[in-house]
Amino acid sequence: MKGKCWKYGPDINTDLIIPARYLTTTDPQELARHCMEDADPAFAGRVKKGDILLADKNFGCGSSREHAPLAIKASGVSCVIAKSFARIFYRNAFNVGLLLLVSPELFDDAVEGDEIEVAPETGIIVNITRGKTYHAEPIPPFMRAIINHGGLMKYVASGDS
Amino acid sequence: MGMTITEKIMAQHAGLSRVKPGQLIQASVDIVLANDITAPLAIEQFRATGTRSVFDRTKVVLVADHFAPHKDILSAEQCRIVREFACEQKLAHYYEGGEMGVEHALLPEKGIVTPGSLIIGADSHTCTYGALGAFATGVGSTDVAAAMVTGKTWFKIPESMRFIFSGTRNPWVGGKDLILYTIGSIGVDGALYKAMEFTGEVINGLTMDDRFTMTNMAIEAGAKNGIIAPDGVTERYMQDRPTPAGRIAYYASDSDASYSASIEYRVDQIEPQVAFPHSPGNTRAISTVGYVPINQAVIGSCTNGRLEDLKIAAHVLKGKRAAPSVRLIIIPATPWIYQQAVRLGLFEIFLNARAIISPPTCGPCLGGHMGILAKGERAIATTNRNFTGRMGHPESEVYLANPAVAAASAVLGRIGSPREIGAEEYR
Repeated sequence: MKGKCWKYGPDINTDLIIPARYLTTTDPQELARHCMEDADPAFAGRVKKGDILLADKNFGCGSSREHAPLAIKASGVSCVIAKSFARIFYRNAFNVGLLLLVSPELFDDAVEGDEIEVAPETGIIVNITRGKTYHAEPIPPFMRAIINHGGLMKYVASGDS
Repeated sequence: MGMTITEKIMAQHAGLSRVKPGQLIQASVDIVLANDITAPLAIEQFRATGTRSVFDRTKVVLVADHFAPHKDILSAEQCRIVREFACEQKLAHYYEGGEMGVEHALLPEKGIVTPGSLIIGADSHTCTYGALGAFATGVGSTDVAAAMVTGKTWFKIPESMRFIFSGTRNPWVGGKDLILYTIGSIGVDGALYKAMEFTGEVINGLTMDDRFTMTNMAIEAGAKNGIIAPDGVTERYMQDRPTPAGRIAYYASDSDASYSASIEYRVDQIEPQVAFPHSPGNTRAISTVGYVPINQAVIGSCTNGRLEDLKIAAHVLKGKRAAPSVRLIIIPATPWIYQQAVRLGLFEIFLNARAIISPPTCGPCLGGHMGILAKGERAIATTNRNFTGRMGHPESEVYLANPAVAAASAVLGRIGSPREIGAEEYR
């Protein structure tokens, strides 16, 4: 997968990703309309399908709301790459079918708008714009299958597990 | 090599004699919890599996506390989904209306969560129950849905960090200050994926309410769980529960258990703490706060809405009035706490202090309702998060503190300590 990147700093919490005032719905498209609203009001209107979100450490800290990874996924983002993730968010993201990769180095070198290519099976991330390659922990087959099926429950229902 | 209390509880629930950090286990769960925000997603997923009934109707707990009483049509619809599911599944523990309390105050109070048990909840502050010596952690709606079907979930055994609190607490320093100080010291990802084990003579001297406050905020340091080994205080608390449900097992860490870090704090040096916007880790001692005028003071939530918290607030507010510029909002966390506060005459003190008394709800803590901030407004709150926009407008600010500091600040009209209004030390 390949896409233009967005960059956000450390400790992006789930209230920034989707403020609680919008948690009166579970509709992913409605959630996507407010994705990242309190961190970057321009994001939801400008994000394109396939874009990649880069973040510093501890992305997704705070509440357990699954609405957060749902909103990011429904906004069209294909993958989030951060220096580290908060643990509930990490689990929730894969459970709803949003791909995450951990890279301590990519973030500092990248500039917003850079074109990034990701191969989840090898963990190889290329910043095409800067001509730099990074090695993240590969995503194991069963977790890629969860992503490909669109989330844990669909994966379990598919019988592939 | 011995095991920590966290490892022992997880091993027992996985049917294993021992586990070690990093190990993946499948564990049976004693309680699966969700609320009016997270349950609708879980219910949708549960139904999609085609499963007809939950694994155990006494172990799935639903509490409509976040946007309750229903704040608008959409939240009413969400609560309806939860109610209909609870009725259909004949859940033994479904709480709404006048029986509803803030979930993490309500479940211990009713004896639904017990020492030695394993609890998952689709709410990040599920870690609160660790104060009883239970393993409790927050998960998302999908994990809750799967556990509602199977009664099981998977975990990676976390490494444990030990926090030893020694010395003598200063006046007005409670569990809130100890945990804010800890988060300020290690950072909001200082315990990422770890178990935070709180020990030492100071912890032994804390009430259960203060202990719940500490484990409640373990998540604000990124932890998987917070835990305190049960002792006489825990046992007395459990004896007072109206209907202790489930098995009670008292675990303790072995003396040769392994920790990824052991951090000791001398509490003599710890003053009441205030977390400045927009991070619970952005803490300062009360004496270094400076001039911070406020528009609102909120005393409540799963962190500090328990009876002891209200007693402390009343002690500070007795004979005083909130500054005219301040909305003082007091939210007893459960109907029982509410009733006790009435019986003890706390409401009289609060009302004379010009306080607004809210029914139990998470309400303003997460910017839901019952005290939302306008652009540029500032609040001091006994809640757990002061993220950007947490209590309202993205350009509002939340400062976190203990109930005594919040009460004193309401009177002062700016952030300050109980000493400044001449309050006698609370005992």
